[in-house]
Amino acid sequence: MRDKVAFAGIGTTRYGSFPESDSYGLGCEALNIALEDCGLKPGDIDGLIVSRIPSYERFAEIMGINPQFCLLTETAGRFSGVSMALAANALYSGAAKYVALVYGNNGRSVRMRYGGGDSQWSPWGMTSPGAIHAMMWRRHMHEFGTTHADLGPVATAFRHHACLNPDAVMHGRPISLLDHDRARPICEPLQLLDYCLINDGAVAWIMTTAERAKDLKRPPVLLSGYARQDNFTYRTSPPDDFWYPSLSATRSVYDRAGIGREDIQGLGIYDNFTPTVMFSLEGLGFCQQGESGDFVRDGTLQLGTGRWPTNTSGGHLSDSYMQGWGIIAECVRQLRDDCGDRQIPNAQAMQYICATNIAQSAILRRAA
Amino acid sequence: MSLETRPLPVIDNWNRPFFEAAKQGRLIVQKCTETGQCFFPPAPVSPFTGKPHWDWIEASGHGELWSFVVFHQSYFDGMKDELPYPVGMVKLAEGPFMLTNLWDMRADEAVIGMKLSVRFPGGPDGLVLPQFGPEA
Repeated sequence: MRDKVAFAGIGTTRYGSFPESDSYGLGCEALNIALEDCGLKPGDIDGLIVSRIPSYERFAEIMGINPQFCLLTETAGRFSGVSMALAANALYSGAAKYVALVYGNNGRSVRMRYGGGDSQWSPWGMTSPGAIHAMMWRRHMHEFGTTHADLGPVATAFRHHACLNPDAVMHGRPISLLDHDRARPICEPLQLLDYCLINDGAVAWIMTTAERAKDLKRPPVLLSGYARQDNFTYRTSPPDDFWYPSLSATRSVYDRAGIGREDIQGLGIYDNFTPTVMFSLEGLGFCQQGESGDFVRDGTLQLGTGRWPTNTSGGHLSDSYMQGWGIIAECVRQLRDDCGDRQIPNAQAMQYICATNIAQSAILRRAA
Repeated sequence: MSLETRPLPVIDNWNRPFFEAAKQGRLIVQKCTETGQCFFPPAPVSPFTGKPHWDWIEASGHGELWSFVVFHQSYFDGMKDELPYPVGMVKLAEGPFMLTNLWDMRADEAVIGMKLSVRFPGGPDGLVLPQFGPEA
């Protein structure tokens, strides 16, 4: 399926707290921007994937879309990449011609909490995605001699990018390694600046075939390759593998895309917490397992100083918590030269990586 | 410490025997009868075969500290007075991993790899939540 499917339209809302709207309202806003971006109308859309918006029926009703392919996904962020792959398959097989993918999140204004509630482990006080990553990072520190300070360059690089991005929630609020070190503990060994933001907003993509995309307003960005490997043993809290075997399996993305690592100019890494960036870099082979601390130390992920500018919008840590949807949108924008002060010079191909129990990687590139 | 005000477990048909045994001061896990491997959390079938061929066995109660975290953020009203509290991941001598709290010790005494053993100090609503502390 190499280069057969393209991103034709991208829409993102403002990010912040918008109690006057909700995930439907924000989703409509993003979708209208994406439709305008590519020059399509709601009536052109014959495929719809909706994420984190409560009802696909209501959303389709509101937008007046009556598709032949429609799906509501689970809310976890790993479903941004999963949705992209599903849409690609639908387009490639001919099940749909133009798929709108819409993600809307009003977690900030409804004071969404990640943690608490009933679960297997709540009687022992174990809860929240952050704690699971803290548990993994502590084990990583033990096995490989990494430290909490090793995570600092991830947080500061992404904040630097947010300061170049006027739309980022954390624009204008630079941080130093010392700020990272001194931030209040949330779930040790992780501290506040290791955690992603919680904010309202929405993202929409319009995907279509590479052929159809040529006739639309903006230059198409091709989905060159996608690879995925799931590992549900110990489900969300793997004791010691850091998803390394499953992430390593997704290195097949390079063969699928027909593009080597050296041909990629920038990365989009799912950064719900700083350790997932480290797991992603190790799993995809940017450095040896256990060596991510050394790898990121000298600004490797930072625009202007590093070989691998990553999450140039600021990512989940400093731009907006759009659960992968915004990070993939940023990859598309880089490949259209839409990024202004944060543009990667001569960006030809971008790689997305998501370290979760559904490990994924994708390569996007400019159409020739 | 106030185990009595802890969140209640979600008890289902598979983990009910675990909580009943804990009331009697016993730590039990399921053992796959085909492979001899133990597994936890409780499940309808063995993850090693996919078949409902398993027995409950009483675990030794020994294990090693695999990893741990310390919560500073409050997520449960009934645990506010325990903040900051540790949660440890213990690798049982029988193989499975279990999340628990570190008991009879401070979080700053925790060292990955240290030997731990189980205690049954109490829990909410007449239930008992197994805890792990330094091996006696």
